[in-house]
This record gives sequence, structure tokens and C-alpha cells, in this order.
Amino acid sequence: MEKQSDLLLDIEHLHTAYRLHGKFYDAADDINLTLKRNEILAVVGESGCGKSTIASSIIGLYDHKNTKVTGDILYNELNLVNLNESLFNKIRGNNIGMIFQDPLASLNPLMKVGDQVAETLYYHTDMDEKARHARVIELFNQVGMPRPEEMYEMYPHELSGGLRQRVVIAIAIACKPEVIIADEPTTALDVTIQAQILDLLKEIQKESHSGIVLITHDLGVVAETADQVAVMYAGQIVEKADVKTIFQNPLHPYTRSLLHSMPQTDDESQDLHVIHGTVPSLVNMPRTGDRFAARIPWIPASAHEENPKVHEVEPGHFVRCTCWQSFHFQDEEKKG
Amino acid sequence: MADEIIEIKNLKVHYPIRSGFWNRVTGYVKAVDGINLSIKEGETYGLIGESGSGKSTTGKAIVGVEKVTSGQILYKGVDVTKASNRKKLNYNKDVQMIFQDSMSSLNPRKRIEDIIAEPIRNFENLTADEERKRVQELLDIVGMPSDAIYKFPHEFSGGQRQRIGVARAVATHPKLIVADEPTSALDLSVQAQVLNFMKHIQQEYNIAYLFISHDLGVVKHMSEDIAIMHRGRFVEIGKRDQIYKNPMHIYTKRLLSAIPVVDVENREQHKEDRQRVEKEFLQDQDKWYEKDGRVLPLQKVGDRHFVALPKDMIQQELKEGE
Repeated sequence: MEKQSDLLLDIEHLHTAYRLHGKFYDAADDINLTLKRNEILAVVGESGCGKSTIASSIIGLYDHKNTKVTGDILYNELNLVNLNESLFNKIRGNNIGMIFQDPLASLNPLMKVGDQVAETLYYHTDMDEKARHARVIELFNQVGMPRPEEMYEMYPHELSGGLRQRVVIAIAIACKPEVIIADEPTTALDVTIQAQILDLLKEIQKESHSGIVLITHDLGVVAETADQVAVMYAGQIVEKADVKTIFQNPLHPYTRSLLHSMPQTDDESQDLHVIHGTVPSLVNMPRTGDRFAARIPWIPASAHEENPKVHEVEPGHFVRCTCWQSFHFQDEEKKG
Repeated sequence: MADEIIEIKNLKVHYPIRSGFWNRVTGYVKAVDGINLSIKEGETYGLIGESGSGKSTTGKAIVGVEKVTSGQILYKGVDVTKASNRKKLNYNKDVQMIFQDSMSSLNPRKRIEDIIAEPIRNFENLTADEERKRVQELLDIVGMPSDAIYKFPHEFSGGQRQRIGVARAVATHPKLIVADEPTSALDLSVQAQVLNFMKHIQQEYNIAYLFISHDLGVVKHMSEDIAIMHRGRFVEIGKRDQIYKNPMHIYTKRLLSAIPVVDVENREQHKEDRQRVEKEFLQDQDKWYEKDGRVLPLQKVGDRHFVALPKDMIQQELKEGE
């Protein structure tokens, strides 16, 4: 077993429900995840699967009137669920850093980028102005911004997308947080910039021994950066394992279908694999039975569990439902 | 051998920069700076570039929504940069476009029937019944249910909306469709669906595509001929295998090495390769580009393979390749 201090986040039975038309619907349904020190945990899934909901639940940034969060998110034995706001403000940005998808939207357009990084230091440290300025320059150097002194004085619109994202990362790591939550940090960027930003995140993680929750829809990004992977479908984690297992021995039908639909074949005439049907909306989501069953109608109902549970197939490899045992693609011959 | 449907010669699109008290033109942004390409009937031409490379401007110039600074776009041998020629040739009917963002490219206040019928109404005289039949057929082609015609765009998911965009583009039986990042906003499984429909339609109606994208995997899947664009010019043109297996320009290598690979075993190796290429790219800018940072003229290096490098470097690269 790991030492207690290696466990950074322990999420247990997390349910996050949004109010729609007066009723609450679970967008994240019974989520169990752990984040250890020196680990990148990737949460992967398609839009609407609830991956960003997990991020906002951890960091406590949601509309408290219309969102109901239950379960436990333990950070150093402190439960972040329904933590009071003043205490949360001390943790947010200080112990837990956050990187958002759209850097232009998460920066203040009327404030110099250097001051925006310094603002975080102002709230969480007792540095004086001079020390803060020095620290910002140091951070800009660390995130690989050219001419940091000049960059300090710039406004977000004067920077390119890649540089803006570096500023956002500088803000996130300003107080050396133990946990960094990165919600689609490279989706808005070009591939070459994406590679640089991902390398940077890994470097930062190695230096500061923090843990990163990487939320993404890009399986390529996952394969390149993650240590542990959780695959989500319709608000639930359907498969969870280390990165090698996910790509070399995926078991859940959804994971296999996703990997199958990536365009990578050399044969031009071959059709891409399409997953049958569509993702159900939050309101129409089936609340009983296997949620993926409707997408693989050629698999007999008897193969699914009535109330799908997560099974540990091998040590460290978790799969929901038992239908993977009899799953085959439609054009494949059924084995055994 | 299929005939060339469109030929672009030395196309330039420059935007003026105005500044100073009199707001005089003080310089130009050379968004597209002298490109040549030709697309064959029923084939897909892939155009790859990062943001700001001028790939979308190229697409818009071809459709005719962007004013061309100089150069020619030849359709059936006639220059269609002049509006009067476009009309004569029915160019606006034969060339259609699919946009990236399906939400903003469909009118939110119109029903699907009117959206898809709009190009038909512009170019053909059909009775209401005939028109409805056509719309139904088109929806059928892209795999949408028939009751969709009474709905509004917001009632559909992103993938469905993009398919409506495809149906609208096909409505006038075009010869060429410019698809500007048609699947960038879509999820993986939905992207597969849209790409499959695009391929089926191509086979059925013999449509040529100019497929613009930043996603090298998607372009590889869709097209045989590929051009890599950077700073308004092409850095490399070639067949799929030439580009992906034997890239010669440093920028192409850089792009290819930056794509995340689903190969967990060798990811450290892949990272080292990428950083080596990146370093090479940054260090020897003068070697690969002109002094003012512009892309060099293209040189022929093989059958249908062109690269923008000085001649002596090509010799060296070819030797290394052997």
C-alpha cells in the first residue's frame, strides 16, 4: 500500500446533479477516483459525459443553487464537498491549481498578464510587491516565455494562444500547488503548441511532485501523457486502468469502440468505425441497466448486468458491467 | 486519369494594414502569397496548416467570398476571379462549402427544409412538391430521419447539424466542395460518421473536395494529394505516402512529430524525436526559409512531390533518404 501522504485526492461516491426543469439529474454518477503524487490521471470521454463536471466539483466552482454535490472528495483528510467558501478560497489557487480550456476567456482582458499572475501571489502569500514581481518573472521563465520582463507588461490580446496558455499555467502553478486540474488545456491550440504545453505540464509535475488531473477528449494526448486513465461514458466511469492497459488491452465496449473509430488506417477506401446511435442527453439518460447497452444492440440483453457494477478484472484494471466478456464488433465473428 | 476540375495559379490574397493619422496603407498581411494547386474531378485534395497559415483564406478565395489580390482561379479553363465569369459558368452552383461551426453556419430561425432548399431555390425552378422531395432525398443521403425537415437547427446535436451542412452543400449537385475544418468541433465517434458520409457522397456523385484541416490524421484518412501550408505558402506538396513516410521540409517533419501517437510503449522515444525536430526547426531558420522568414519556392523532388528548399539541401536530403 502507498503511504498516506502519497494520496492527494480521494474521490468516493461522488454524485453531481444539475437542476433542469425543476428536477435534479446526475451528470456525474458515482465517481470513484484517486490521484496520487507524481501521477497524471487522465479523465477521457466525449462531450457531455461529465468529465468537466468532475473538475468543477473538485475545485468547487459551480452554481450552488442549481447543483447538488454529494459524496466525498478528500484532500489531505479535508472534505472539499460543501466546504465553506472562505476556507475554499484559501485552498483554490494555493493547494489546487486550475487550467482552463480557453485561455482568452480565463484571463482578464483589462489587466497586464504579469499582474494577473501576481494577483494569485497577493492572495495566497505574504510576499511584498518586489518579491511578487521577481516570482512572476521566475514563473514566466519556468513556463518558457521569451523576454519575461517585456511579457509582464503585456495584455492578453497581445499574446498568441500558446503564450496565453502559458500565462494561465503560470497562474495555476504560482503557489506550487499539490494538485493541478487541467480541463482540456490544449484543445484550443495547434498540434505543435499542444506538444510543447503537454511537455511543459509534465516537466512542472516532475519538478514539483504534484498530481495532475488531465481532462481531455483526445486519446492521443492521453497516450502521450497520462499514467492512469479513467474512461467516462454518460456520467459514469466505465473503465479505469493504467495507460498501457487501456491502449493495449481495452475491455469495455465503449473504450474499444472509441479506439476503433480513430482515423489511422492507411486504406483510404475503408470506412471509419461508427458507434451506433447517439449519446443520451442528461434528461433522457437511462438510470437503470447498462447505459452503453443501447449503443451496442447486437449484444444480447442477457450479457449485461441488471445493475452494472464496477469489477476489478485484473489488479488495477476496473471495468463496469460484464458485457465486455461477450462483446464483439458487429462486423466481427463472435468468438467462442 | 481524371480531369482537373479547378486550377489555381499564383493565387495571392493580401490584406492592407492601415495606420497613422491619414489611415494610409502602410503594409500588407500576406495571408496567401502565391500558391498553385489543381484538384481533379472526384478526388480529395488535403490542405494542412496551423492557425494563421492562410488555409481558410485559400478556401474562401476559391468559393469567391474573399477578394483575390492577384492570380487566377481557372474553372473549365476560365478565370473565375471575375464575378461575370462566375455567373456564366454556373460556378456558384458548382462550388459549395461546408463550414467548421455548424451552429453559426445554419440560420437559427429557419427550419431545416428552408435551410437545405435555399441553394436549390437560388439556382433551380422547382415546384413546392418537387422541392420537398429533393430535400427528403438529401436528408436521406446523410442519414437523417424524414421528420427533420420541420425542425430547427438547435434541436439537433453537433454531428447531425454538420450532416445538415453536408446535405445543403450537396443540394445543387456541385462539382467541388470546399470543406473548411468540417469535423474539428466534433467528437471522435461523430467525426467518423460525418467523414463516412462525406466519402459515400463523393463516390456516388463524383464530387471533388478541398479538405482543409489542421488534423493530420483526418487528412491522411480522407485524401490522396496533400499540401502543407505555412506562412501563406506551400512548404511541401505530395502524395499521402510521400508526405507521411518521407517528409523533407523541416516544417512538415515538425508537424508530423507533434501529432500525439497512440503508442504508449514508445512515448519517451517519440518525445525525444519531437524535441529534436523542434530544436532543429528553431535553430536553422535561415537554412529552411528566406532571410525575411518567407517560404522558399517549391522544387520538384519526385513524382508529384515538391518541397520548398534550396537545391543543394534537397540533394543532401535525398542522399540521407537513401
